[in-house]
Amino acid sequence: MEMSNFTFGVTMLVAGMGGTLVTLGILSLMMAGLGKLFPYKEDEGKED
Amino acid sequence: MMEAIIAGLGGLVIGFKLLFVNWQSLIMLGVGGVLLYLGIKKDCEPLLLVPIGFGCILVNIPMSDVMLKDGFIRVIYDAGVDTELFPLLIFIGIGAMTDFGPVLAQPYTFLLGAAGQFGIFLTLLLALYLGFPKLDAVSIGVIGACDGPTAIYVTSKYAPHLLGAVAVAAYSYMALVPVIQPPIMRALTSEKERKTAMKFTAKPVSKTTKLLFPLVITIVGGCIAPKGLPLLATIMLGNLMKESGCVARLTGAAENEIANVVTLFLGLSIGATMAGPAFIRQETLIVLGLGFLAICLDTVCGVIFAKGLYIITGGKVNPLIGAAGISAFPMAARVVAKEGNKFNKKSYLLMHAMGANAGGQIGSVIAAAVMLSVLAGMGVIR
Repeated sequence: MEMSNFTFGVTMLVAGMGGTLVTLGILSLMMAGLGKLFPYKEDEGKED
Repeated sequence: MMEAIIAGLGGLVIGFKLLFVNWQSLIMLGVGGVLLYLGIKKDCEPLLLVPIGFGCILVNIPMSDVMLKDGFIRVIYDAGVDTELFPLLIFIGIGAMTDFGPVLAQPYTFLLGAAGQFGIFLTLLLALYLGFPKLDAVSIGVIGACDGPTAIYVTSKYAPHLLGAVAVAAYSYMALVPVIQPPIMRALTSEKERKTAMKFTAKPVSKTTKLLFPLVITIVGGCIAPKGLPLLATIMLGNLMKESGCVARLTGAAENEIANVVTLFLGLSIGATMAGPAFIRQETLIVLGLGFLAICLDTVCGVIFAKGLYIITGGKVNPLIGAAGISAFPMAARVVAKEGNKFNKKSYLLMHAMGANAGGQIGSVIAAAVMLSVLAGMGVIR
């Protein structure tokens, strides 16, 4: 059955924007975790 | 013999005659001229607007065969736009040019990059309300990604008849970010909020983190939104090459030769989709209007989200940085820093805004990828 424009729009808003927020939230946490796992060391600057 | 000579000479003026019969083409020749003027004289995204403007003029010359079968721009269009190859190649260059260090130093700015994508979905709703078909509405909404290649990728795939209008809107409004954003930022914030000074205390990011970043984004983002994997993968490939430092020639080629050649071809091809009879329609004006609205809504939602952070953190986050959560990199960050500096000379928002702006770059790609996967999940696309 053809989905109505209203249902389509609300689904896109909820799943699309929600999905974007959740994905970026997960990535933000993962990046924070990576930063803690592999902290910057002073000698890295010297290597560069 | 005289008749033959007159008939022969008549062939030389038929183009001029048709020019006045086809008034839409005549107008589009003017539009092409305006695009060239904006690019050359006003420095508005000249790399794109100059080839787009020239392509627009070429396709509107009467009896022009550049977009007919085997026409030279048709060949380029079929090879790179129809196949969605050009936006992806440009993304490799963008990844190679972008330093994601500021967003990695302050991962919370990823969320500002997400808030800056609200405009996509709100505009999509509005386009549906105005009666656009579903996939047309998706393509119009994606102008709000403030990201030319993303808009072109989605539109060329799902609403190719809107490609010219969407591409022109995406690139023109991106260039107009310094004009569009400041009044919205001022309208939504109080003077006290705008004066908030932010310290930049983030530590430098390790090389390992910078190397793992593109891999994590590709794998995690690809698993969540596989339909957008080409978008994610190409920008991250470019960034991996840059951060690895071991393929300097490839990185240099991606951000210079490849990006330049593809930009030229892409601009010409998009310009050539702007043939008068197909472009001069009420629909085009509505698309341009909705695109403008999409970028305004991105700014509104970004600033409102940052105002939320201002309240939660007890006034430590300047709400202006929310406006940088869009993909126009690094222009939006510079606009925020300049605006903040007007109200507090001791306010150094640039690094925070750069974080939000780099987050917006990733956010726009993730938003498009998520949108495509949701569409596939609903069975609207395959």
